[in-house]
Amino acid sequence: MSIFLDRSSRIVVQGITGRMAQFHTKEMLDYGSNVVAGVVPGKGGETVFGIPVFDTVKQAVAATGADTSLVFVPPPFAADSIMEAADGGIRYCVCITDGIPAQDMIRVKRYMMRYPRERRMVLTGPNCAGTISPGKALLGIMPPHIYLPGNVGIVSRSGTLGYEAAQQLKDRGIGVSTSVGIGGDPINGSSFRDVLERFEADPDTHIVCMIGEIGGPQEAEAASYIQDHMTKPVIAYIAGLTAPKGRTMGHAGAIISAFGESASEKVEILTAAGVTVAENPSVIGETVARVMAKRAA
Amino acid sequence: MDIHEYQAKEILSRFGVTVPPGGLAYSPEQAAYRARELGGNRWIVKAQVHAGGRGKAGGVKLCSSEHEIHEATNAMFGRKLVTHQTGPEGKGIYRVYVEGAVDFSREIYLGFVLDRSSQRVMIVASSEGGMEIEEISEKRPESIVRSTVEPAVGLQEFQAREIAYALKIPPALTQQMVRTLQGCYRAFNELDATMVEINPLVITADNRILALDAKMTFDGNALFRHPQVSELRDKSQEDPREANAADRGLAYIGLSGNIGCIVNGAGLAMATMDTIKLAGGEPANFLDIGGGATPERVAKAFRLVMSDGNVQAILVNIFAGINRCDWVAEGVVQALTANPVDVPVIVRLSGTNVEEGQKILAKSGLPIIRANTLMEAAERAVMAWKNDRKQNTKVRAV
Repeated sequence: MSIFLDRSSRIVVQGITGRMAQFHTKEMLDYGSNVVAGVVPGKGGETVFGIPVFDTVKQAVAATGADTSLVFVPPPFAADSIMEAADGGIRYCVCITDGIPAQDMIRVKRYMMRYPRERRMVLTGPNCAGTISPGKALLGIMPPHIYLPGNVGIVSRSGTLGYEAAQQLKDRGIGVSTSVGIGGDPINGSSFRDVLERFEADPDTHIVCMIGEIGGPQEAEAASYIQDHMTKPVIAYIAGLTAPKGRTMGHAGAIISAFGESASEKVEILTAAGVTVAENPSVIGETVARVMAKRAA
Repeated sequence: MDIHEYQAKEILSRFGVTVPPGGLAYSPEQAAYRARELGGNRWIVKAQVHAGGRGKAGGVKLCSSEHEIHEATNAMFGRKLVTHQTGPEGKGIYRVYVEGAVDFSREIYLGFVLDRSSQRVMIVASSEGGMEIEEISEKRPESIVRSTVEPAVGLQEFQAREIAYALKIPPALTQQMVRTLQGCYRAFNELDATMVEINPLVITADNRILALDAKMTFDGNALFRHPQVSELRDKSQEDPREANAADRGLAYIGLSGNIGCIVNGAGLAMATMDTIKLAGGEPANFLDIGGGATPERVAKAFRLVMSDGNVQAILVNIFAGINRCDWVAEGVVQALTANPVDVPVIVRLSGTNVEEGQKILAKSGLPIIRANTLMEAAERAVMAWKNDRKQNTKVRAV
């Protein structure tokens, strides 16, 4: 098993005709992802790599049975596309777009609540690298060959730090069940806690590697979930120990604006919750290997 | 994006918030003239800088004659105001705002923020205005009232009334308080603000509610739909290097250390700074050159990092996934060949085709120090920086 994404996921790419979207759609097809449709308003009837393009998500779902979406739409229109996916019957959506207004994301989150839980779409991102279940499917922009199939769940706000972790694991022959990017924005689709719940319930995930950073309450929320509900070991790395207060560090959400949002406070909170925190990013792989060996013993 | 107090007051007054009459001035003469226009016999002159804590730093003066205004503003113009929010370099004073002094009986704190827990707009209010919110939450946490706004319907009157009652606003002023709260929320919502703060909101001696100070910050990601807000940008309040980088699509933040960083990805860039610190050095900057580390971007990044005179070594840390390491290495070599730098350069590549990338760096004949892990890179950067200082000569290729 894996979370969110596997071989049976039927993928629609929203904004498929864009240059970046085409590049990454090709990468996904090469990896074996089951991309069945594209959606671009006004371009219904065209094809991209032989994949049919539709005007609306509902048409794409009706014609192809798509249940998973990747949003590659420019920031001014991305929120609209996510809501269209939620209304069109998509179950899992990843939004790659960086630069969506925060209030658009507030509206998206509110809009998604109108569906009963069993029909409610799960969103990860925006401003993320996507999700991969190695050996099964890729839904995003990450380089897929750095991920071996295996039993470590990765959840990360940062794209490249997630890659760093996957590469270090691969160098040690350690594989990944699913890697999920939750993105660098202040208002996001799924939190660390949301993803940790999935990993806890996934039999193929044995250990979780969580990569956080400064800003926001989601690492602390994850810490209390881990302490109270999680049976699987979690190792973490938090970036931004040297980040000055009140400055936005690249990611819109990476800003220390309240108590408990600095890296050192987050490390403290996670450590107190029983999480093994890697001291520097070069030892993420080593730390996972050590905790796995201890668990096996 | 931040704006000035007088601009925030102009915006909020359009949304029904009452503010004292005031006038903007670019010179002491204008300031004195503004005071005459306003009338009265006591005025407050306030330095317009993008930072809080102006009062304690000498950026707000009470004056009771045109002569005093002239003197006070003469001492302000062209000076850098250093407050606890500006950093030691301070922010330049090029505009002052003159208002008639107001007698008031109570000070209230009012803030609207994006609350990341509830993922909604949250109102934070306190009967202990005048102090900063950090100080209020430390000294008088029980005075703080919070309320979140349901995004589908906006701020409801009952919520605004509840806040007014919790703050013990005199009954005759409840409706005016409701109008103030709803005005702030509408401004926040319609203009894509990320923060609106009125501190203090006062109850005047003649029983009116008045915003004596105002601060607004806007969502940079939403400026595409608010050209009238973009117009309020004041580059004199920004770090020129940061502004320059932002205009070129690079996220750069200057820091006080001397090891420059060039990294792809915000998370990795922060991790690189942290590792330099762990290795005993101090980072000179945060710099995210974005996912695709093209040769042009790398070259731009070198120029930007070197524009900081304190930089004595540069650490390049690139994770090349889809863009292979050999391609990134070519970019680094091209950039350094075209624009040689006179400080040690440490390059750490990771991801696809690492070996080929390393070979290209080694064969280039450039004095590039290579490293395999980020920790190793940081240690070598710190060592190179220390050696460089000692010998005052360039470090040769390893």
